[in-house]
Amino acid sequence: MSEAAADDREVLASPAGEPAQFPLFSRWLHWVMAGLVVVMLFIGAGMMASLGDYRFLVSVHKPLGMGVLALAVIRLMYRLTHRAPPLPRSMNRTERRAATASECLLYGLMVAQPLVGWAMVSASDTPFELGGVHMPAIVPPDPGLYSALRETHAVFGYALFLLFTMHMLAVLAHALVLRDGLLTRMALWRRPRIRTAAPSRFSHRGKRREGSNAV
Amino acid sequence: MEREDLQSPAPPPASRAPSRRAALLGIGAVAGVGAVDLGAFLFASGRLTPDRLTPGRLTDGFETVFGKHAGFRRNHAKGVGVAGSFLANGAGNAVSEAVVFEDGRRTPVTGRFSLSGGVPDVADATQTVRGLGLRFDLPDGEQWRTAMINRPVFQDRTPQGFYERMLAFKAMPGTGKPDPEKTAAFLAKHPETVRAMELAKQHPPTSGFADSSFNGLNTFHFTNGSGDTVPVRWSLIPLQPVRPAAKGPLGRNELFEKLIAALDAGPLRWRMVLTIGRPEDPVDDATAAWPDTRRTIDAGVLTLTSARTEAAGEGRDINFDPTVVPRGIAPSSDPLLSARSAVYAQSFTRRAGEGIRTSPVKAAEESDV
Repeated sequence: MSEAAADDREVLASPAGEPAQFPLFSRWLHWVMAGLVVVMLFIGAGMMASLGDYRFLVSVHKPLGMGVLALAVIRLMYRLTHRAPPLPRSMNRTERRAATASECLLYGLMVAQPLVGWAMVSASDTPFELGGVHMPAIVPPDPGLYSALRETHAVFGYALFLLFTMHMLAVLAHALVLRDGLLTRMALWRRPRIRTAAPSRFSHRGKRREGSNAV
Repeated sequence: MEREDLQSPAPPPASRAPSRRAALLGIGAVAGVGAVDLGAFLFASGRLTPDRLTPGRLTDGFETVFGKHAGFRRNHAKGVGVAGSFLANGAGNAVSEAVVFEDGRRTPVTGRFSLSGGVPDVADATQTVRGLGLRFDLPDGEQWRTAMINRPVFQDRTPQGFYERMLAFKAMPGTGKPDPEKTAAFLAKHPETVRAMELAKQHPPTSGFADSSFNGLNTFHFTNGSGDTVPVRWSLIPLQPVRPAAKGPLGRNELFEKLIAALDAGPLRWRMVLTIGRPEDPVDDATAAWPDTRRTIDAGVLTLTSARTEAAGEGRDINFDPTVVPRGIAPSSDPLLSARSAVYAQSFTRRAGEGIRTSPVKAAEESDV
């Protein structure tokens, strides 16, 4: 009966029947990072395949990776100090667990992958400059350590790609097949209709318009 | 659960379950996005294009030609580490703001002399290309790495050309010589390599490492304190007297033995000469020599004071990636530079994973060989 209990909590958290959303700050961070992470995954793949563009790709990969690290740390701290909106009723306990586990893994990898990359550069004893600042080495130069970190970076990269793909497809399935409003939790738009009829739709839009006119 | 609801003939009234058709379209869309995502990733990583030359495949080429020698560089496998310093005279600052060129600055240098090819215990031969890799350790963690050879120009303009030449000139089992049909077919397709080989004949190898000139070959852009940028190629010109190479075959490690003996006897010195290109000079073709009339700058003197067996020297563990440069020097658009960076990283990653091994050049053992 824990499912029913979960549903109760959900109802309590969403009294008006409207889907609750992550805070706007979290939603923006999510989409900015989603873009960055996807670009990074493809740059990483391109680095393995490219001779002529290798140098350019590396020169983009390093600063973007540091950007992902900074944003991931901010996001993780924000996530740990703010409550997430409830998951839709349509999700059973297994699906909820899968969603939570993949979220934890994604957070972990988004922090760990740039750190492993940075450590890899340090272990290979290669200078690492970021915006004119010489970045410190975070591990001592050591080819054996470099090799282990390089392997780890590849494994984490594939893991991130698979997790990203499953995450995106699961959310798309919710949005296009189940149509249970899951995407709304993270959407940048506001969609005030879920299981009740939609009288609030226009009133909300109206309020927003008034707001924007006032600005 | 929701999916089961969809399949049941009468969905519960509270559900906003979409029509079966909408659900199918949705499933199709999800599958389509997944396929595009996976396909694009596989394409980007080169897995869908087996004929495309990648850093990994080019590195595999070395293993095809020279065999796989775990723990060694895939090219220039045989070598010996050296140490010394570079004393700048300030003239280089006219074209580059790099601190390495500051008047009177002495920069510690770690390096490695080597012979080209992927066989770590190959017999020394006069015609084998000689290499010198250097790492200058500048203040604030900056580095300048360069890998030079004793040829006036490089033999290939592109990584693809390099790869094809390597395979075309692979020694055949039995004769130990390349297949003449393959080499002829390659050279017919690559006039720039023919020109480079002819130019090399006009600059025959000298007696050893100590009296060899070493050339950076690729072009870099130097920027000075005023922000002016010029194309530059650099060379190291020996201050030791230059002697012609001996006729006939060399002892197995003769070139390295002589180098180590010379360094034991005293320091070896090279002048660093920067050649400044003009706008009409090619920056993206390392097979094309610049005219001899180009302005040159004598930037200082490299002094190498000690040879180390590779085990003791850091030279062994350095990836002499030519794109690691200090402020004031930047790689040009020469396609070889990006490719060298990619392939050197592959080679370093492979030998680091295998456990880096020491090239079997040891001064103490030479008398037995």
